[in-house]
Amino acid sequence: MTFSPELESLFEQFLNKYPAGQKRSAMIPMLIYGQDEVGSITDELVEEVAKRVGVTALQVNEVVGFYSMLHRKPMGKYHVQVCTNISCLLVGGMELYDQACKKLGIGHKQVTADGRVSLEEVECIGACSWAPAMQVNYDFYHDVTPQQLDKLLDGLTAGKQPEQIADVSRVNS
Amino acid sequence: MLYNEPHPLEVKVLSRRFGLPNSASIETYLETEGYKALEKAVGMTPDEIIGEVKASGLRGRGGAGFPTGLKWSFVPKTSPKPKFIMVNADESEPGTCKDRLLIEYDPHQLIEGVLIAGLAVGAQQGYVYIRGEYRYLIAIMDKAIREAYERGYLGDNILGKGIKFHLSTHSGAGAYECGEESALLESFEGKRGNPRIRPPFPAVAGAYKSPTVLNNVETFCAVPPILLNGGAYFAGLGSPKNGGTRLFCLSGHINNPGVFELPMGFNLMRMINEVGGGMKNGRKLKAVIPGGSSCPVLKADECDLAMDFDTLAAAKSMLGSGGVVVMDDQTCMVSAALRIMRFYAHESCGWCIPCREGTTWLRKLLQRFHDGMGRRSDIVLIGDLAKNMLGRTFCPLGDAAALPTISIVEKFEEEFEAHLDGKPCPYENASRLVTA
Repeated sequence: MTFSPELESLFEQFLNKYPAGQKRSAMIPMLIYGQDEVGSITDELVEEVAKRVGVTALQVNEVVGFYSMLHRKPMGKYHVQVCTNISCLLVGGMELYDQACKKLGIGHKQVTADGRVSLEEVECIGACSWAPAMQVNYDFYHDVTPQQLDKLLDGLTAGKQPEQIADVSRVNS
Repeated sequence: MLYNEPHPLEVKVLSRRFGLPNSASIETYLETEGYKALEKAVGMTPDEIIGEVKASGLRGRGGAGFPTGLKWSFVPKTSPKPKFIMVNADESEPGTCKDRLLIEYDPHQLIEGVLIAGLAVGAQQGYVYIRGEYRYLIAIMDKAIREAYERGYLGDNILGKGIKFHLSTHSGAGAYECGEESALLESFEGKRGNPRIRPPFPAVAGAYKSPTVLNNVETFCAVPPILLNGGAYFAGLGSPKNGGTRLFCLSGHINNPGVFELPMGFNLMRMINEVGGGMKNGRKLKAVIPGGSSCPVLKADECDLAMDFDTLAAAKSMLGSGGVVVMDDQTCMVSAALRIMRFYAHESCGWCIPCREGTTWLRKLLQRFHDGMGRRSDIVLIGDLAKNMLGRTFCPLGDAAALPTISIVEKFEEEFEAHLDGKPCPYENASRLVTA
């Protein structure tokens, strides 16, 4: 399996971070960064990670099933993750999630027909004091209002990149 | 900007650099006494360092509140295996969002705390386990680590004194359970995040079965100020046996949510009304989760208390991870209990049956109540089921799911009764606070 030079270089760093004989520690970082490039945890990716860290594919597969950010099927180009845990729930997180479901016509861990946007109801993402909060891929959005969510989803489904959507500010990028 | 405008009641020790320009850079850090505590620690014996941390009254900021100096003292002095320092930056306790700020705005303070821990226990290698969702913080942390290597604060000849310490980040991939120390170590080793049976504790057999100091981000960040100003100074900031300050994360129905650094023992009602700006929309306080969703809730009339580990324990709750979730009189406590239980049922790793089955059945029972199909006998059953989970699991996740549930069903029984006989949820149409 071939990866981009950037990912190869990251894998190289990961495999050298841990003490001699402990390459297996690189497995989860390799899986999540590998997924970012490949699009999902494919059988090929599992085989490749297994080979490089020196375990069987079965040992990688049993790990993949444990972690909620690792997906066997590709998510959308923009993976919208709305938090509905307690701090967000109290200030409208569930309503935002319902709004996103209706607007996109999809549910939890589903992808729009064109593959652009996917949706996930997520557990606490560590933005409780800036609730309701969400992430698109790895970027945080804080104090999200229904109007902002509408604009964001309109923009994403129309083919815009998140940074091109006015009045909806990401907290980090 | 994530950090709030400083509040006059704050005592900014760990967060003192948050507002500075380029606060995450090594230049800013060095201009503001950065790495001075390390220089001081280099001149001390390991026992002296641990003694200072013990004197500070610092207790683990991840939730359990175990005395940090004592934890470090459990690491064997001599070991045929290398020792490790592990930073728990897997911040995932609902209500908690403070470690994000400490890494984003002052990553060098964390590196310096880790280095001092390394000197105290004789470790030469450390890792920062950062939750996968905090990808941007991995970049910030990696940059700070590179700067520290370039300036000789990490590497094989630290401060030109031949001291060796290496530090790396490590990404998680989404699992609340990995915030529990033994599950974190399993995950770090490239396995499912199931907890380990203890003893042995990580201090004796942690990463790769080697002696390991594992602490929360905020705990390590408290170490440089302690070494620099003395354990007695830090202890004096807090309440008895509860040294220092704490980053409290205020969320929920208040006017001024945010992360505020306040002395340990700060009064909860003042936290809500003065620091948090009081209840939103002039509503009345109903309940508070004082330290993240694992903690038993406090009713409004129980909230006039000092926020430290011992006072909260005496009130049959916990100080936990510093996540203060404030709920007003329009909050449906059945919904709150249900949402919290949905979380624990999702996050239970499935290793221990009382937790795996208990959380799932409680989620079903609470969902049935919320859907208007609850039975009177279920009120007792919810409490019984939760109590039977207590103390019967490898890790505290079972207790974390059971304790808030028991508190809600006991303290707000009337709300469960109000959902009986197909009656609609009394709060169904309560407006959430999303504003235009």
